[in-house]
Amino acid sequence: MTEKQGNRPGLIRAVPVRHPGRWVAAAVIVVLAAMLVNNIVTNTAYNWAEQWKYFLSPPVLNGVRNTIWLTLVAMVGGVLFGIVLALMRLSPNPLMRGASWLYLWVFRGTPLYTQLLIWGNIGALFPKLGLGIPFGPEFVTAQTNALYSAAMAAALGLVLNEAAYMAEIIRAGILSVDPGQNEASQALGMTRMQTMRRVVLPQAMRVIVPPTGNEAISMLKNTSLVAAVPYLELTFTAQTIYASTYQVIPMLVMVCIWYLILSSLMMVGQYYLERHYARGSQQSRMGLRARMSRIGGAP
Amino acid sequence: MDEVTGEVMGEVMVKAEQVWKSFGQLEVLKGIDLEVRNGEVVCVIGPSGSGKSTFLRCLNHLEKINAGRLWVNGQLMGYRQRGDKLHELREKEVAAQRRDIGMVFQRFNLFPHMTALENVVEAPIRVKRQAKASAMERGRELLTRVGLGDRCDSYPSQLSGGQQQRVAIARALAMEPKLMLFDEPTSALDPELVGEVLGVMRELALDGMTMVVVTHEMGFAREVADRVVFMDGGVVVEEGPPSQVIGDPKHERTRAFLSRVLRPED
Ligand SMILES: Nc1ncnc2c1ncn2[C@@H]1O[C@H](COP(=O)(O)OP(=O)(O)O)[C@@H](O)[C@H]1O
Ligand SMILES: [Mg+2]
Repeated sequence: MTEKQGNRPGLIRAVPVRHPGRWVAAAVIVVLAAMLVNNIVTNTAYNWAEQWKYFLSPPVLNGVRNTIWLTLVAMVGGVLFGIVLALMRLSPNPLMRGASWLYLWVFRGTPLYTQLLIWGNIGALFPKLGLGIPFGPEFVTAQTNALYSAAMAAALGLVLNEAAYMAEIIRAGILSVDPGQNEASQALGMTRMQTMRRVVLPQAMRVIVPPTGNEAISMLKNTSLVAAVPYLELTFTAQTIYASTYQVIPMLVMVCIWYLILSSLMMVGQYYLERHYARGSQQSRMGLRARMSRIGGAP
Repeated sequence: MDEVTGEVMGEVMVKAEQVWKSFGQLEVLKGIDLEVRNGEVVCVIGPSGSGKSTFLRCLNHLEKINAGRLWVNGQLMGYRQRGDKLHELREKEVAAQRRDIGMVFQRFNLFPHMTALENVVEAPIRVKRQAKASAMERGRELLTRVGLGDRCDSYPSQLSGGQQQRVAIARALAMEPKLMLFDEPTSALDPELVGEVLGVMRELALDGMTMVVVTHEMGFAREVADRVVFMDGGVVVEEGPPSQVIGDPKHERTRAFLSRVLRPED
């Protein structure tokens, strides 16, 4: 070894490639940012004092609570029902597959806002709800509007819609798992349910969690559509406030700040969830920065 | 009924009678007859596409056969016979039959989200309902037996191919099978890792395990197999002791195959 080692040549000190484009872009961005800051500071229409007055007021906090609650219920319900729909689509039974396909076709093919309007007015379609034999006698009946609140209409509308999207995400996740995993667990004497729960779904999660996190963040924002029901979540609360104060822009900017706070918290949660389900994979050894940029949390 | 054959078979672990299997138009198995006695090691050799994997998968009912009968450990696999009518077994009953049959795959198929030890104890805990503590203790023993006592907490992605395959063997052994099926267990391994896996299999054979091994390792077949079966085109062309089938094959097809796979050291 040593006798073959020659004299070490001088270190390379090359002139780096110039990036004039970067300097131009930086200049443009600095100018735009300065204009924005100037606008925020000098434009009195933002009325920051008014915003701060309402930021932690009881109606706004109630709106925040309702938004969080709706997001949570809609996502949990959407995931659970989505699993059912996904398993139906993957079922060997053609009737199950067809029913699931039909459901997805309807709920993905019509606008969420329209669906929410329908769930808000469902009392007109089914004035009475009853428990009984189909086409036969009913044992219990009640007025729909007595049983059914705006909160239920909002949650129902969001869950049913979200389930259709989650079903496709979950199905893709299940299909991404190597069929050899199924065979290995069946060969060990595990049933199909055990295989699904212990082997396939935990691995599918790696594919399912990132888009589900994005769905949850979309859901946070889509809850604003339940003003169609109508239900007092964050945006609708702001509307009711500025209906009397006429401070439209301050209230809407304040609501945006609240949404940003909530979605940022969700991104942090998403990071830890993804890390948990990456156990045993190459990705689990990937750095934080790379992961955050993948979920859009950092540049 | 199953019991009748069980009594007749006595020390027979596997009995295949005219097993046929096709995928759509493609006929893969065309009447396989085979018997494996308790404690016997049978190596199945043959060209790629001859139906070796398919036959192994039929043995634990991962594939449904189209004709013939297949008994393992005295049980008719996948069916119950009443009179001359066959009734499909329910999923739970098929799963119960598979518990006694361990299988090792070419591509290991370890559960990547579980550590080596978790892989090994999963089925004993979930399927056999063993207590967690004792299953873990037994799992550690098994991993030690395949030379991986110090890698219990490693994930499969942190292990070499040879180590992964040894974990897979330990995982199958954890169910205390009466029969072990190996489908080309060393074909996906780098050459220098083949020996460690074959070593574990050799010891298993010496311990008296009944084994059906699909392999291209002629040296292993010669040394360990009690019997070698040569398959081609979905039929058993020739079978007998290794010295005969590998050393002095009767059939032209066997000779042609062996001339392609035998290396000087075999
Ligand atoms: N699930 C399947 N569907 C369709 N064809 C299959 C399937 N499994 C195996 N085959 C076909 O059956 C033949 C035998 O395959 P296989 O049993 O894997 O052979 P070997 O293990 O001897 O190489 C091949 O032609 C293969 O393409
Ligand atoms: Mg094969």
